[in-house]
Amino acid sequence: MSNIIGIIFIAIGLVFDFFGCLGLVRLPDVYNRLQASTKCVTLGTCSILFGTFLIVGVSATGVKALICATFLLLTAPVSAHALARGAHKSGVRLWEKSVVDKYQEDGELK
Amino acid sequence: MIKSRVVLFILAFVAWLLFCWVPDAQDIIAGVFVALLVSILTGDMFVKRPHHFGHLKRYLWFIYYVPIFLWECFKANIDVAYRVGHPDIPIHPGIVKVKTNLKSDTGLTFLANSITLTPGTLSVDIDREKGYIYVHWIEVKSKDVEGATKMIVEKFERILRRIFE
Repeated sequence: MSNIIGIIFIAIGLVFDFFGCLGLVRLPDVYNRLQASTKCVTLGTCSILFGTFLIVGVSATGVKALICATFLLLTAPVSAHALARGAHKSGVRLWEKSVVDKYQEDGELK
Repeated sequence: MIKSRVVLFILAFVAWLLFCWVPDAQDIIAGVFVALLVSILTGDMFVKRPHHFGHLKRYLWFIYYVPIFLWECFKANIDVAYRVGHPDIPIHPGIVKVKTNLKSDTGLTFLANSITLTPGTLSVDIDREKGYIYVHWIEVKSKDVEGATKMIVEKFERILRRIFE
């Protein structure tokens, strides 16, 4: 039973990972691409790891998979934030059809 | 600062035990030394108010927060998948400013991380003195500070305030 549920989780994770990569190709600028890659790839990969845990159970592999999922959830947003901030500070402008850029208006905090 | 070191020692030791699951005697002895070294070297930077770890109510709010966060995370994925899969790519991106009342480091970190993992938003920078977070929003629905705050921050802030403040 837990085998089947685990495989379902892995399949969902693969679909989300696929959409994340598709977003990386299709979306226009670095910030939108970060949106797609951070959200989809984080939850997709966590879902794969959780599915692995369900299949192997509480063993050496399973517990490590859970820890990896936790660390991924904690660190992926931080790296996305660092990339977005670094890109903006080094002069990467938003897509030309963007609606508003309050960060630029406030002169990029020093 | 001794309390902060004790908290870090316990957390580091538990993390070590989980990493070498199933732990035997060797792992536990090595773990005690590693956790001791870590807590002596970096313990004073870990938490500013270690007595918060003793409050049971904070853990209960945290348990309440996790499913809400995971559900928002799931919605975010559906949302992004829809926008990416749609042939016209329906996005109106922009960077907006939102206000937050949280003050503590951990609270702000969790708020910024939650914003990044929820539908259409990505935190870019933070102004700690004035309490502003700059958020890249894939579908800008409100350009002013109040409207954006209401839509992005509020649902997390009221829970996170009870956990970390």
